[in-house]
Order: sequence, then structure tokens, then C-alpha cells
Amino acid sequence: MKMTDQRAINASPAQVWDALMDAEVLCQCVPGCQEMTGSPQEGFEATVVQKVGPVKATFKGAVTLSEMDPPHSLKLSGQGKGGPAGFAKGSAQVTLTPEDGGTLLAYEVEANVGGKLAQLGSRIIDGFAKKMTDQFFARFQEVVEGPPQEAPENSGDEGGDDSAAEPPAKKKGWFSRLSSG
Amino acid sequence: MPKDGGIGARSKRREDVRFLTGRGKYTDDIQLPGQTYACFARSQVANGRIAGIDTTAAEKMPGVLAVFTGEDFKDVGGNPAGWLINSRDGTPMKEPKRPVLAHGKVRHVGDAYAAVVAETYEQARDAVDAIEAEIEELPAVIDMASALANSDNLVHDEIGTNQCFDWGWIEDNREATDAAIKSAPHVTTLHLVNNRLVPNAMEPRSSTGSYDPGTGEYELRTTSQNPHLTRLLISAFVLGIPENKLTVIAPDVGGGFGSKIYHYGEEALVLAAAKRLGRPVRWTATRTEAFLTDAHGRDHVTKIELATEKDGKFIAIRTETMANVGAYLSNFSTATPTFLHGTLMAGVYSVPNVYVNVKAVFTNTAPVDAYRGAGRPEATYSIERVVDKCARELGIDPIELRRKNFIKPDMYPYTTPVALQYDSGNYDALVDKMEERGDLAGFEARAAESKSRGKLRGLGISTYIEACGIAPSNLVGQLGSRVGLYDAATVRVNATGNLSVMVGAHSHGQGHETVFPQIVADMLGIDESMIEIVHGDTSKIPFGMGTYGSRSLAVCGSAVVKATEKVITKAKLIAAHMLEAPGEEVEFEDGIFSIKGTNKTVPWGDVALKAYIPHDFPLENLEPGLEETAFYDPANFTYPSGAYACEVEVDPDTGEVDVLSFVAADDFGNVMNPMIVEGQVQGGLAQGIGQAMLENTTYDENGQLLSASYMDYTMPRADDFPMFTVDHSSVTPCTHNPLGVKGCGEAGAIGSPAAVVNAVIDAIQRGGKSDLTHIDMPLTPARVWAAMNA
Repeated sequence: MKMTDQRAINASPAQVWDALMDAEVLCQCVPGCQEMTGSPQEGFEATVVQKVGPVKATFKGAVTLSEMDPPHSLKLSGQGKGGPAGFAKGSAQVTLTPEDGGTLLAYEVEANVGGKLAQLGSRIIDGFAKKMTDQFFARFQEVVEGPPQEAPENSGDEGGDDSAAEPPAKKKGWFSRLSSG
Repeated sequence: MPKDGGIGARSKRREDVRFLTGRGKYTDDIQLPGQTYACFARSQVANGRIAGIDTTAAEKMPGVLAVFTGEDFKDVGGNPAGWLINSRDGTPMKEPKRPVLAHGKVRHVGDAYAAVVAETYEQARDAVDAIEAEIEELPAVIDMASALANSDNLVHDEIGTNQCFDWGWIEDNREATDAAIKSAPHVTTLHLVNNRLVPNAMEPRSSTGSYDPGTGEYELRTTSQNPHLTRLLISAFVLGIPENKLTVIAPDVGGGFGSKIYHYGEEALVLAAAKRLGRPVRWTATRTEAFLTDAHGRDHVTKIELATEKDGKFIAIRTETMANVGAYLSNFSTATPTFLHGTLMAGVYSVPNVYVNVKAVFTNTAPVDAYRGAGRPEATYSIERVVDKCARELGIDPIELRRKNFIKPDMYPYTTPVALQYDSGNYDALVDKMEERGDLAGFEARAAESKSRGKLRGLGISTYIEACGIAPSNLVGQLGSRVGLYDAATVRVNATGNLSVMVGAHSHGQGHETVFPQIVADMLGIDESMIEIVHGDTSKIPFGMGTYGSRSLAVCGSAVVKATEKVITKAKLIAAHMLEAPGEEVEFEDGIFSIKGTNKTVPWGDVALKAYIPHDFPLENLEPGLEETAFYDPANFTYPSGAYACEVEVDPDTGEVDVLSFVAADDFGNVMNPMIVEGQVQGGLAQGIGQAMLENTTYDENGQLLSASYMDYTMPRADDFPMFTVDHSSVTPCTHNPLGVKGCGEAGAIGSPAAVVNAVIDAIQRGGKSDLTHIDMPLTPARVWAAMNA
């Protein structure tokens, strides 16, 4: 399936770019991410626990960054193997455009699943991929900006997903921690 | 008065006693001493290069006895295609090897590349999960048109193309047909898809291999429609086990519909593993494996043109079809879209020019092969849809247009432009019967009543003809078949007068155990209960070719008749000896032997006993025993035909279609057991209407099977259907087999899809949308609604 969307982020393109290069940030943003190691140059290794319909599995996966044009655009590609549960893979073409003192982050996501995930979960896979993508970029926005001041914690897109990682909400955004820390 | 026994009686199915009381014995029910369990590692990608398979961890798992990969079978043979098809240019079809386990490449999701044998099924399954396969995914070849256009991305690199063959039937008709269409006053063109189906037999495939090191003998218990054919394939082509050292047993089998005709790699694996381990090895498919690996059905994309005079008289039919054969050639996969499809493209019509072109295409999907109807549903659907569209374009009533073009009863034997010779039929009589049983005269009133409720009612008609009783070996040999298609029966009269009849046909729902005794009982004038049918075990039965193509009664039944005739001839000689009269003076009727013009008689039972107590036989003239075998090779196909009418109601707000009535008027020739025929037709209708309304097999562009469970693949249920009206009283007997029978097993699935779609189109056009001329199956509410609102 394919999805396109965009988000206005209250940080400069350079700050957004740096966040995308950070394994810790990515792990916080990937729903269900247990662990992420590596570097933008060599790629990241990730362990993600996810449940798609009737199939719950631990995915061992790799995320690579390519077509990098800092701080304008890049491609995030990932694939995870869930053993007998099948596999998932996808890519996001991300472009960063300066806008109103912040950044307009636009993305085109393509996601595919295979094996048992496709055989048993195909009816729900489009909705699942959209939810995963929305969660990723919503969390990314939160991590970069910090949570909205008025909003209560956990107002994000946690949904009913029992296997999601810990809530990403932080008192301070990633950038402000960096700059004030 | 209904008969209470013999030919034509509604004898109850004796096999149902065990099936309905849970006493059937299926392959998976049979537990052999020391049995082990196999489980397969299957590809998750549609097309991939096997870079490496590490089985080390799996081998160390608890209970694991052996792990196999494609490497273990690279030196044995492949599973062959049963028919050689030549392309239009004379070149033979492409035949890539189909290995026991994938080697080098995996070619569809579900393609097995490794297998584990363990003490328990669960241990085998866990160990399969521990196999580490490095498979580099390659772009999948899925869409047939792209597969033909793109020679860079191949299912089989070694053949350099994704096209298996490009077949023309008959090539000599091509020019004349093209010219006739070019100059015709009217041409109706239709593009249609015959949707891919998963057979979904209730019992999934299962195979148990065993090996006796003391004798060197193998046994394979397996879900097969044709145990001798399976043995031949394994022995002669795949594993090279001497045929006389291999026994194939197909015990009770829970439905096949074609999918269990074929030899599959799992059968070879369990045999090879049994030999290596010296213990029996069983594999039983999960339902997911059945979806992924059973040979699928249909999957044609067709353009059909029908050229007519202004008054509707047919001039020519021309088709171009792409037929999906999937990733490997299954045993009958090359015959199904060609000789079981192209040869039927004249239908029941007198049409002077017919030309059929079929391109068979390899794709990264499960193999596609014969499925109930096998090529004939595809032909019928194309013809009957285009005839219906033509009638609407010309403003002629669809029934009238059909009647106008029917082959008439005085034209038999009738040779079609596509090389078949129909022996008998009466299509007007079938339409008369259909009109009467379906009260078609009352349709307009019913349509008005539906309209008053805001519903659109439609009436759809379809006729069909099929070639059954497969098949004359001489003819099919000329057409490329690599096997003969006779069948065989041995009639053994036991000393106490009852009979064991060993048949080559295999019953997996058809009712042979009931019908064959009816025939023998009728011939011998004895009670049916004295006759037992033995089938499914190559060590017990003569070398017959099995059950498919609605052939069992027409071909194996004829062998039963021939063998029984031989038994009667021999019994008369014994009776003559007992009655001290010349053999030619013995008459046999109602189980009594008598001498012409005398009151000397001897009953059946005394003759049977005498055959085995030949104390006073003149041995130079009379052998002991009473057992005869006959092989019967048909002189021609048989040609069942029918006229079907379907009424539907379409909800214009939701696109939901309700099938309100279905009438099937069939000509099956003489009917041996009307109750069984009704059941066969009802089952066929369920599958045909299921195809039209519900069933669809969907691969995504990466070759992932999205409809791989009953959550996503809709099987028809009883409440999807009305009560069917099934009539087989219109009979033109087959002229060339001893029973005058034609076969009824596939008819319902062949004739019904077009009737359903024609009815829905009729309903929608009556609702005012006259420009809507086609919707591809299945006619789900979403598709119908979208078409109505396009």
C-alpha cells in the first residue's frame, strides 16, 4: 500500500534532520520498538514487537538511510523478518521544507507484508500500516518538539495497541534537551 | 414406478453409512507403527534466489530425525506435465523442471524448499521454524500481460521466457475466421476474466510413506483421485522406484474436484524420508498449506468476439486467452486450457468458423490445473456471456437467439470447426424443459413484483456442452497426451456367489460403491447387496486411470459392463457343462441359467460355486474360476449438455445480489441413479454459483496470497442458494458406450456461472442502466454497486 501525508514541525530543517539520524529517536518513534542500534552510515538494527490481527511476532529488522540530501530529503527503508509470521518491509521518502520558521515534513510511505502476515492479515494490513505510519510521525513530532503544553500525557496515538513501546511523551523535546542539556 | 434396485433405481449411497457416522478412514486416520511426521519449510516470497539454507539448528532440535532440502533431490527426476502442447509455430511447450523441493530458486509463496521429519508433528513444526534460509527476494511475476511483455523478469530463467506455449486451435481456421469477422455485419466483443479459484476439498491433502527394508517395498497412502497414475508418475518420472515395488493406496478421500488428480512433491518426500529413516512418515496439509499449494483452478483472461448476420445467425467465434499455469506445470495444466477448452469453443451452436488462441503463462503463483469442469467452464462462460451480450445488442431475446443457432437433432453426428464430433443431443428439448420447470413465462410478473419492492429482478440463461468420458486414447495421443485414458475393471465372482468388483476409478464423493453394483446387479439379475466395489489400492485393482473429467461411469462403468459380460459368457459355459448342453443353447436371465426349449435350469449361485469346485471340469475346454478383467477405451468423448436459468434480485442501493431460483435441465444420457445425479448437479451448481458470486483468489503485486484463509476466501454456504430445480429427464443416450451414459459430475459448475452473470446484467439493464454490459466475477456487492454507479 502507499500513503502520503505531511506534518508541520516546530523545529528547523537541520534540527529535524539530526533527529532522523538518531537511533534513540527512531526507536522511540517506531511503534513496538524494543531496541535500535547502529548509525546513519551503516544503518540501524532494530527489534520490534508487533501484533497484526491474529499474528503477533518479534521482528528483527534493519533500517537503512539512503538518498540523503541534508537537510532536504532522504529515504528511510526498513524490513523486518518475523520468522514463521512472515515479514514486513517498507520505505518512506521524506522531504523537509522550511515553512513559517519550522519545517514541513512530507512523506510518501510504501509498505508491504509477506508470508503469514499477508495470508491472514491482509484485510487489516492497510489500516495497520496507516496507523503505524501515523504513530511514527506523530511520535517523531512529539519527540522533536516536546509534548503539547496543554495536552494531557498519552493523548497521542497509543490507541489500543498493547505491544507498543513505552509512551514517548517527555517533558522536554529532544532538541530542547540537546540544546539545554 | 421407481425401481427398487438395479439401473435407474434411487439406491441409497451405501458409503454414506460410514461417512455419516464418522467411520470413514482417511489417510490421516491411519496410524502406522513407528510413524513419524513431516513438516515443510515454505517460501514467504513469490520469487527468490536461495542463497543458502542452514539446517544446523533445526537438526539439533528435540525429536528431529532428518532434515531435507532441494539438494537431496537434485539428482532425481521432476514432476512432469502429462500433455505436450505445441505452439502455433510448431515448437514444443516450455517444460521447466518441477523438483521435489525447490532448488536454487523458490517460485511461489508456499513453494517448499526444506522439510523436517520428527517424532511428533509439533517437533517437526518447531524445527522448521529453526531452519535459517537466506532467500534473496526478486521482483515477482504476477500479472500475465506483464509476464509476457517482460523477458527480463522470469519465473524460470533457463527457458528464457514466461510463455509456456502459444496455441492455436485450429490454426487452419485462423485466416477464414479472421476474414469472416472482418466482413461480418455485426460483431460482439467481450473482455472477461475467469476468476482464479482454490479447490478447497474438505479433507486437505495428506500422504504417508512407508518402506520395508526386508522386501524393499514402498507404500504410499495418499489423497489421490487416481492411485495408478500417481504410482506411474513417482516410479517413471520422479523417484525411479520400480513400479512393482511401490503400492499406492488412496483410502477414503474427502473431495478432490481435480486438485487430487496430481502428484505433488510432498508424496515423493514422505517416500524418500521413509526409506532413509526406515519408519513411516506422514504429512498432512494445514488449511493454509492447502490454499498455498493445492493446484488452483481457472484464471483466464479472455477476449472473445462473436460475428453474426443481422438476423443473429452466427458466422464466427474468435478468442484470445491468457491462461495462468502458475509457477510450475502441474500434471494436466497444459491440457486444461487447450484441449479441454479450445475444443469446446463452438458450444452447442452451429457456427462455421471458430478459432481459439491460448497463451499459457508462467507466473510466481501456485500451479493452476483442472478444477471441476476444467477448461469447459472457461469455454462455456466466454461463449454464453458473449451470446447474451450479442442478443442484447441485436435486440433479440436471448433464448430465441440461442435456439436460432443450435445444432439440431437431425445433424448428428456433428463435427464442429474445433474438431470434436458430437454424437447426440437435443438442445431445444433442454430449453423447453428449462422454460417449463422454471416457469419462465411467469418471469415478467415476478419482475414487476420485485420492482414494487424497489428491487431489480433479472433472468439469465446459459446453455453448455462439455466433453466428458475422458478420453479416447487414440485421439488424445494425437493431441499430445502422454498417457492413455482408458479404464479397467475386474469382476471376481466368489465361490459363494457374491462378487468383488475391482475398479480403476476412485470414489471420493461420487458414489461408485453404490452405482457400479447397481449396474452389475442389473446385468446378473441378483441383488445389489451381493456386490462390493474395491477401489483405491494399486495392489488390488487393475491398472485404471482414475476419476476426473466426469469419466468414471462412462469409461470405468463401461469396463465394468465389459468385464461382467465376460463373466456371463464364462458362466454360461459352466452352466452348459452342468446342464449337459452346448454352450450356445444356454440362456441367462434374472440370475437363472436355462437351456433353450427345455425346463433345465441352474441358478447363479450354483454356477459360481461350481467354478471353484471343478471336480468334473473338462479342463482342456473349461478353466476353473470365474473372474474377468476388461479394459475399456472409449471411442469418443461423451457430450453432456444442458440449459440453465437463473433468477436474481439486485438491490440497487447496495449492489447486493440475491439468487432467487436456479433451474438446471441437463441431458446426461441414461441415468443410473437419479438421486446421485441430483446430488452431483447440486454440488456442481454450488461451486459454479460460488465462483460467480463469492469466490476469488487474490495475489498482490508481490505475489503474496491475500485470500489464504476462510476469513478472506468466501466459500458458498447453503443459505447463499435457493432450492435448486434439477431435471435430467431430457435424454439423448450416448451412442458409443454400452450404458448410453454421458457423465454428470462437472455439469453444474460448467453451466452455472454464465447464467448468474447474465441474470445480474439483465437485472441492471432492466433497471435502466442499459450501457452496463459486463461485470467480472465474483459479483460481490462492492463490484455490482461500483458498476451500477460508474
